[in-house]
Amino acid sequence: MTAPAQWRDLRRFTDARVGLGRAGTAQPTAAHLDFQEAHARARDAVWSALDGAALEAALARPAIRLRSAAADRREYLLRPDLGRRLPEGTVLPHAPGSIVLVVADGLCATGVQRHAPGVLDLLMPALPLPAGPVVIAEQARVALGDAIGEAMGAAAVVMLIGERPGLSATDSLGIYITWAPRRGRTDAERNCISNIRPGGLTYAEAAAKATWLLRAAQRLGATGVALKDDMALAAP
Amino acid sequence: MTAMPFAQTLGGTRYVFDDLKTLLARASPFRSGDALAGVAAGSAAERVAAQRALADVPLARFLTDAVIPYEADDVTRLIIDRHDAAAFAPVRSLTVGGFRDWLLAAPPDAVTALAPGLTPEMAASVSKIMRVADLMQVAAKCRVVTRFRNTLGLPGTLSIRLQPNHPTDDPRGVAAGVLDGLLLGAGDAVIGVNPATDNIDAVMGVLRMLDTVRDRFAIPTQTCVLAHVTTTMLAMQRGAPVDLVFQSVGGTQATNASFGVTLPLLREAREAALALKRGTLGDNVMYFETGQGSALSAEAHHGVDQQTLEARAYAVAREYAPLLVNSVVGFIGPEYLFDGKQILRAGLEDHFCGKLLGLPMGVDVCYTNHAEADQDDMDALLACLAVAGVTYVMGVPGADDVMLAYQSTSFHDGLTARAMLGKRAAPEFEAWLDRMGIGGDGEAIPARLSPALIGLT
Repeated sequence: MTAPAQWRDLRRFTDARVGLGRAGTAQPTAAHLDFQEAHARARDAVWSALDGAALEAALARPAIRLRSAAADRREYLLRPDLGRRLPEGTVLPHAPGSIVLVVADGLCATGVQRHAPGVLDLLMPALPLPAGPVVIAEQARVALGDAIGEAMGAAAVVMLIGERPGLSATDSLGIYITWAPRRGRTDAERNCISNIRPGGLTYAEAAAKATWLLRAAQRLGATGVALKDDMALAAP
Repeated sequence: MTAMPFAQTLGGTRYVFDDLKTLLARASPFRSGDALAGVAAGSAAERVAAQRALADVPLARFLTDAVIPYEADDVTRLIIDRHDAAAFAPVRSLTVGGFRDWLLAAPPDAVTALAPGLTPEMAASVSKIMRVADLMQVAAKCRVVTRFRNTLGLPGTLSIRLQPNHPTDDPRGVAAGVLDGLLLGAGDAVIGVNPATDNIDAVMGVLRMLDTVRDRFAIPTQTCVLAHVTTTMLAMQRGAPVDLVFQSVGGTQATNASFGVTLPLLREAREAALALKRGTLGDNVMYFETGQGSALSAEAHHGVDQQTLEARAYAVAREYAPLLVNSVVGFIGPEYLFDGKQILRAGLEDHFCGKLLGLPMGVDVCYTNHAEADQDDMDALLACLAVAGVTYVMGVPGADDVMLAYQSTSFHDGLTARAMLGKRAAPEFEAWLDRMGIGGDGEAIPARLSPALIGLT
């Protein structure tokens, strides 16, 4: 049933579910139940709520707290358009020419709560332009950053957002960088850094990559498919 | 031509549909994405009224009444300009309802020969008045065979894309997933990695590693890193071993723009891949992915329902003679396909429409963790697709993609579907499995496939 040692040994190289063995053509009982448990945890993580006050305290700098036009989690899941929009009457300070940093729950708040402070500590001192205010956003989609950046007159918006929970990781953080943010920008006009978490990208790697992309965006005057990630890889 | 409204009286109520795209949308079986777009029928009765009215629409009308104007959209221009009137001749006098009956009764050769004469809107229309069993048995009649280093789509085969993704594109982590999949009979469709980043050096590193593994084990298959087409073009310029060019495509010009692609760009990429002459059995060098909801997600849907738009993406794909096309049916999220029932039907619609239009259609049988679905729903969809003759499905270690954070089908699921239905791998790949001693009762790794041979020490 279980795979032989040499096959199980493949697990040294990856967190993927390799070397499971088989029962006939199916997965053995233990592997099947491990999967069921991980799925249950991931389902629960989707409904985890962002603790804005605790996050602001952990960031150790003042932040603007807001939510999207989506009233609650269920509406957020079914109406992505509302998650990209600010509620009517939202007023934000102007920060022309700055880089606005938005910390948002996205599809899972766990990773944001856990990793955003550490990434911001490394990223903020390295920004190539003045940092604008930090915004904490709830029930937010990536494109909410466009509305926020536009309202603040930002040169660029950097969105740190919770990634969709998977079975192996329910605490993954993503960063989306959009130059000259304004409503209606498409995903082809952003650059993305994903899988920031233990077992994925480290805080330092993520901050270095974001800084590289921001400098390149500043030279090019654009983000997205026009900005090729040609950053040299660190020696292994 | 001026759009004439469509009308249908049902139980004393008269339903009016202003134009063809409205009729198609109201006739579409319910899914969350059409409700989100505001184009779904307002009641079950309105939906059936629309289906009855749609059944009376002559197929030929789709050639003159475009759901997105010819002038406004290059996908519409592709559909109209490439239409093959001779291939269409056997069904040109039929209505949508008559076409359904024709498809159910016709022999496989006749259904297969129709492909260049059909438009995506014709395929989408007839699917809307079919049950899942209809979608399955008609799709099973379509023969689509493609080749690069092996032969995909032969009757009685079910191929698997080996998908060994890794959260940081670590070459050894990817290689471990590749070996695990090979040992469980996966990889005849392609060994294809979704890269965690579009970093050109990282993409080239994975391309070289996959090519080395393929070459070391002499596997009759093809490899692919599913980076953006422009990244793959740059990798080709820099000398990377590129077998297949991958790209996500959609059913409107604006959707493709949101993906950062144009039709001429795809043509240029295909020509660059053809020039490398890496295929030994054939020159199908493109790999496309699609999915219901992508146009709405990009706010590029023109008020057309998501299933019709998905079928239009297949018109884009078929222009480039792809080796592989798959819908990522449950990947785009519950705002487009809410639960297991909606994903099941959509997966079978996508496979049906793709096959009817002549594509080597696979399906990523999958769901995300914010959808109301689980592995039981995937088992049901996989079984239905395998009966319907799906060209390939995904093989992910333990069904858990640790990079993309969603669940697909496992290597085990592929083995199970093949075993239950008597399906086989592509013949060249099956012969290789036999030569390597894979798939017997023994559980040990054959010495010829020792992990040490590909650097896993």
